[in-house]
Amino acid sequence: MGDFTVLIISSIFINNIILAQYLGACPFVGTSKKMETAVGMAGAVVFVLTMAGMITWIINTYFLVQLNIEFLRTIAFIMVIASLVQFVEMFLKKSIPALYAGLGIFLPLITTNCAVMGVCLLNVQDELTFLQAIITSAAYAVGFGVALVLFAGVRERINLGRVPSPLRDTSIGLVTAGMLAMAFIGFRGMV
Amino acid sequence: MAKTIAQEFKKGLWDEIPPFRLVLGLCPTLAVTTSAENGIGMGLATTFVLVCSNMLVSVLRGIIPSKIRVPCFIIIIATFVIMVELLMQAFTYGLFLNLGIFIPLIVVNCIVLGRAEAFASKNKFLPSLADGLGIGVGYTLSLGVLGSIRESLGSGTIFGNAVFGPNFQPFEFMVQAPGAFMALGLLLCIMNILGKK
Repeated sequence: MGDFTVLIISSIFINNIILAQYLGACPFVGTSKKMETAVGMAGAVVFVLTMAGMITWIINTYFLVQLNIEFLRTIAFIMVIASLVQFVEMFLKKSIPALYAGLGIFLPLITTNCAVMGVCLLNVQDELTFLQAIITSAAYAVGFGVALVLFAGVRERINLGRVPSPLRDTSIGLVTAGMLAMAFIGFRGMV
Repeated sequence: MAKTIAQEFKKGLWDEIPPFRLVLGLCPTLAVTTSAENGIGMGLATTFVLVCSNMLVSVLRGIIPSKIRVPCFIIIIATFVIMVELLMQAFTYGLFLNLGIFIPLIVVNCIVLGRAEAFASKNKFLPSLADGLGIGVGYTLSLGVLGSIRESLGSGTIFGNAVFGPNFQPFEFMVQAPGAFMALGLLLCIMNILGKK
């Protein structure tokens, strides 16, 4: 059980998917201008990433490896993620309309979120077991959410300040992200 | 006709240079630019995928039904990404190891899908080719510049050659994650100042 605690903490904080592994930087910059969109995106990623981690692990172990066609991994994973996103969208629309209204526009964007694809590939690369893969995927997704929501909070404040015009918007956003990344380096001493 | 093709190529080098003018494809930009060589390698791999997928999408644009165009584009892109992956594994193994999972991740690089959707699916073969090549070369240049800055400050070298003499203390911050974000942010600021003129 202790192993899993370490795994969870290191995936959320120490190896934070955005601030230490550079994955998912586009939605990180794109959807962090307002707190509401950031929370929506974070929720959608937690949902999809956990499921994608689970399904791609099964596909990789029982299909690609068994048939010796691992070179098709990229195309197989992206198809799984794209159809999963589509399926989740339809499912939520039918059965949980409230959640769909909240996440709605962020769901299609997730297909090209490299955090999702990246975590699925990392799971395979690190040769995790099924349970480890699920827990790591969920923890990475939570880490993505934490970083995104924190960053959105900072950015909302920055917009109220007087930023020199060439630095405005994305530019100051990236510098802020750098400082946030520095703060996350501080977690390295934890494990 | 020739003039417009040259224009499509040129716009990728300044007016729409990724990732500065088009804020897309940030993940590889941040991750692989710890050295100039990695940055340019990544840029060239992306250029190859971009040019090939732009060409194929523009050829097939009349056949692909518009309702399912995005999955079709993704399959086209993924095919070329697998080709790049296998080619790099065979011929540039060191670079292949350095870039790691970021080679398969070209498939989710929003620049490639973005150009297929915004340009190649609406334009003829030659302009699409020029557009892909222009954006690709622009991206390679950006990654090369960012990689050179981070490598020279972070490890005191460019393409592995020492630039600052033996007394230089490497500014290690630059090759880590915070340095990546800040270098990109400041470079974007410089681009904004230059673009204002």
